[in-house]
Amino acid sequence: MTQDELLHLKLLAIELRKKLLTMIVSGGGGHTGGSLSCIDILVSLYFHALRIDPVDPESPGRDRFVMSKGHSAEALFCVLAEAGFFPEAELASYGSFGSRLYGHPTMGVPGVEMPTGALGHGLSIGVGMALAAQRDGVANRCFVLMGDGELAEGSVWEAAMAASHYRLDNLVGIVDNNGLQISGKTGDVMGLSPLAERWSAFGWAVEELDGNDIGGLASALDRLPARTGAPTLILAHTIKGKGVSFMENQASWHHGAPTAQQLGQALRELEAAAAGLRAAV
Amino acid sequence: MSAPGFGSRQAFARGLLDEARANPSIYVVTSDARGSASLGEFARALPRQFVEAGIAEQDAVGIGAGLARSGKRVFVVGPACFYSARCVEQVKNDVAYAGLDVKIVGVSGGVSYGALGGTHHSLNDVALYRTVPNLSVIVPSDSAQAELVARHLSRSSGPAYVRMGRFQIPDSYAPGEASFAFGKAGLLRDGTDCAILSCGEALHRALSAAAELSSRGVSCAVLDLPTIKPLDEEAVLRAARLCGAVVTVEEHYARGGLGGAVAELLAERLPTPMRILGFPDSYLPSGSSDELFSHCGLDAEGIAKSVAAFLASLDKAGAP
Ligand SMILES: [Mg+2]
Repeated sequence: MTQDELLHLKLLAIELRKKLLTMIVSGGGGHTGGSLSCIDILVSLYFHALRIDPVDPESPGRDRFVMSKGHSAEALFCVLAEAGFFPEAELASYGSFGSRLYGHPTMGVPGVEMPTGALGHGLSIGVGMALAAQRDGVANRCFVLMGDGELAEGSVWEAAMAASHYRLDNLVGIVDNNGLQISGKTGDVMGLSPLAERWSAFGWAVEELDGNDIGGLASALDRLPARTGAPTLILAHTIKGKGVSFMENQASWHHGAPTAQQLGQALRELEAAAAGLRAAV
Repeated sequence: MSAPGFGSRQAFARGLLDEARANPSIYVVTSDARGSASLGEFARALPRQFVEAGIAEQDAVGIGAGLARSGKRVFVVGPACFYSARCVEQVKNDVAYAGLDVKIVGVSGGVSYGALGGTHHSLNDVALYRTVPNLSVIVPSDSAQAELVARHLSRSSGPAYVRMGRFQIPDSYAPGEASFAFGKAGLLRDGTDCAILSCGEALHRALSAAAELSSRGVSCAVLDLPTIKPLDEEAVLRAARLCGAVVTVEEHYARGGLGGAVAELLAERLPTPMRILGFPDSYLPSGSSDELFSHCGLDAEGIAKSVAAFLASLDKAGAP
């Protein structure tokens, strides 16, 4: 990726942060912290790695993306609209009666592969999609984004076993490892460490990186599969609430809507960050 | 436990294998149940269309959903006790809510596992799954019909739950006359005093009961309702109107299953005196499937007795 492209994606991620916060405020609530922590991952996927066509969202040869941490729907919707799957104006309907933009992704939204929101489902679905591609001898890949708190669901590990059993090197799991969940620190709620070792022990090729660094994410996504014959797990260390000072690393921002004043401050901080990026060029 | 013989699950597997040979997009997913689901031959003949998930029903259903989202017609097959409990959330969200072409096939359902006990009985599966929107519920009544259900589902899209038993059972339909039309009841016996509505492996017992009652001058219609959802409402209403008395018989808790579906319909559309025969709201003693049916008054004799007592209470024919 060129420096220009990287700058463009970084600015885009900031722009999408502003959009999702605005959307959460207008919709009266949303999963703020997790949407902010995973937006750089989504930008790296949708605007760099995924082979998808918003004009033909059901194209059989497309890469699949499953938002297993479905509660970060606001981030996904902003990304899908930006990518052209549906008109951006529709984002304003989020939170209103009859909108197809529920608080979790559903099948009615163009670009959404699966309805998610109950945690621990996405990786099994990804195994099925990757297995279909493997058996059909086609090149499409499947990416599944999970939260770290989600990893306490036993079904995740059932799927982790199946993925390495079937040598699904077309399957990529990404953990948005922001260290927090609704009740507090993941380590306090239910310890997950050593996370990289656990995925390795389940037969995955593990890539550990900064999940808020689009450059690093993009280059990891360029090197897939990390190991031939094995599924890849990208352990993406992120900051929950990333980009808004008073939201960063605060479990209390797992769900909620900023006040008008808080939104104003958040937008100012994000605009300042964008200005800083432009000035650095 | 006696030898299973050629039961519904074997017939279903035979139909499915035959259909899958002609349609490479038909996939089977199972969870270490290829033996109990009679899928060994499928696995050997069509390995590319067969997926072993290990003992992991949640994963099996999720994998099935992922395969279906990639254009496969998927049958997730294993014991009904596990597929109607362990993975209900996956069935609800990943199959029914997503509207994907996944059929959940529970074998050895009801009290098939007999003395293996309560962990292995599935007596609330119909109650659970008929309350999941977008999911059909089918309980084939004999092995010939089970094969027809497999063929029907192999040629139709959308989510379904199928429940079958474990053992060879008497055919409810005469040789060559088994039928299955999705969402339609089958009339197996005409009668005017009482309509007996049944499905699955209770049906042959209901038919025997009707024959026994007939010898005592009680005329019972017997309807086979293999599709519990969507229910053949017109057939149920017609039978209720004709007989004025309805008894349902099923291998399921008496609450929430076929009887519940029929009661909901009749209560709203045509209130009719009714009895619901099924298993009690309790865990059962140790015993074979047949022994448990008898213990709970669900063998032919017990059904006949209940029907006669019901009709007597209505001052109808058959009063002892
Ligand atoms: Mg988290």
